[in-house]
Amino acid sequence: MRIGHLSIFVDDQDKALTFYTGVLGFTKKHEIPLGEHRWLTVVSPEEPDGVELVLEPDQHPAAATFKKALVTDGIPVTMFGVPDVAAEYERLTALGVIFTQEPLSVGGMTTAVFDDTCGNLIQIAAPQA
Amino acid sequence: MGDVYKALADPTRRAILDELQDRGGQTLFELCARLAGKGFTSTRQAISQHLAVLSDAGLVVIRREGRYVFLDLDTSPLRQIYQRWRAGPCGSDT
Repeated sequence: MRIGHLSIFVDDQDKALTFYTGVLGFTKKHEIPLGEHRWLTVVSPEEPDGVELVLEPDQHPAAATFKKALVTDGIPVTMFGVPDVAAEYERLTALGVIFTQEPLSVGGMTTAVFDDTCGNLIQIAAPQA
Repeated sequence: MGDVYKALADPTRRAILDELQDRGGQTLFELCARLAGKGFTSTRQAISQHLAVLSDAGLVVIRREGRYVFLDLDTSPLRQIYQRWRAGPCGSDT
């Protein structure tokens, strides 16, 4: 068994695709029309055959409640790896990305948390230099 | 206004104030990560309850900003402690 996909609930697939590719730098892998929405996935350009991130519509009423509660307490829905959290913080801030947690070193890791503009917080992390 | 002395009487609550002094405007997530890193084993729910006590005492300000909630330290309630037992001659105090 392997982990092939991870999904994230987004409020708007077009907006999500713009953010996850244009701002974060991921690459679109699949875009398949599926009824009202699309099967839409992105991958890291560093691992084009790696885990696909599914940008999944958050239409289920419980999804909105869940997302809102996590955002209120600053809890990220998932975590991406970067080589240098401080550098990525600078890069994304310059692009207008809002961080709810500036770089913090704790427990051997440096982390930061930002808003993906689609109703989620995302943590970036690297082993402490 | 809750009791400042009671709010300060708990080591986890004092640690919360230490962390908020280190950096203001923390989310609950960041605060919990910091406390875990310092060896505190309290649950997120327990931290929330401690924050309620600290907020009642005016030592922590829970600030809602859009969809986020940020936590800030406010040391002004500590002034009453200093005022009551401040150093120096106590002749002027009655």
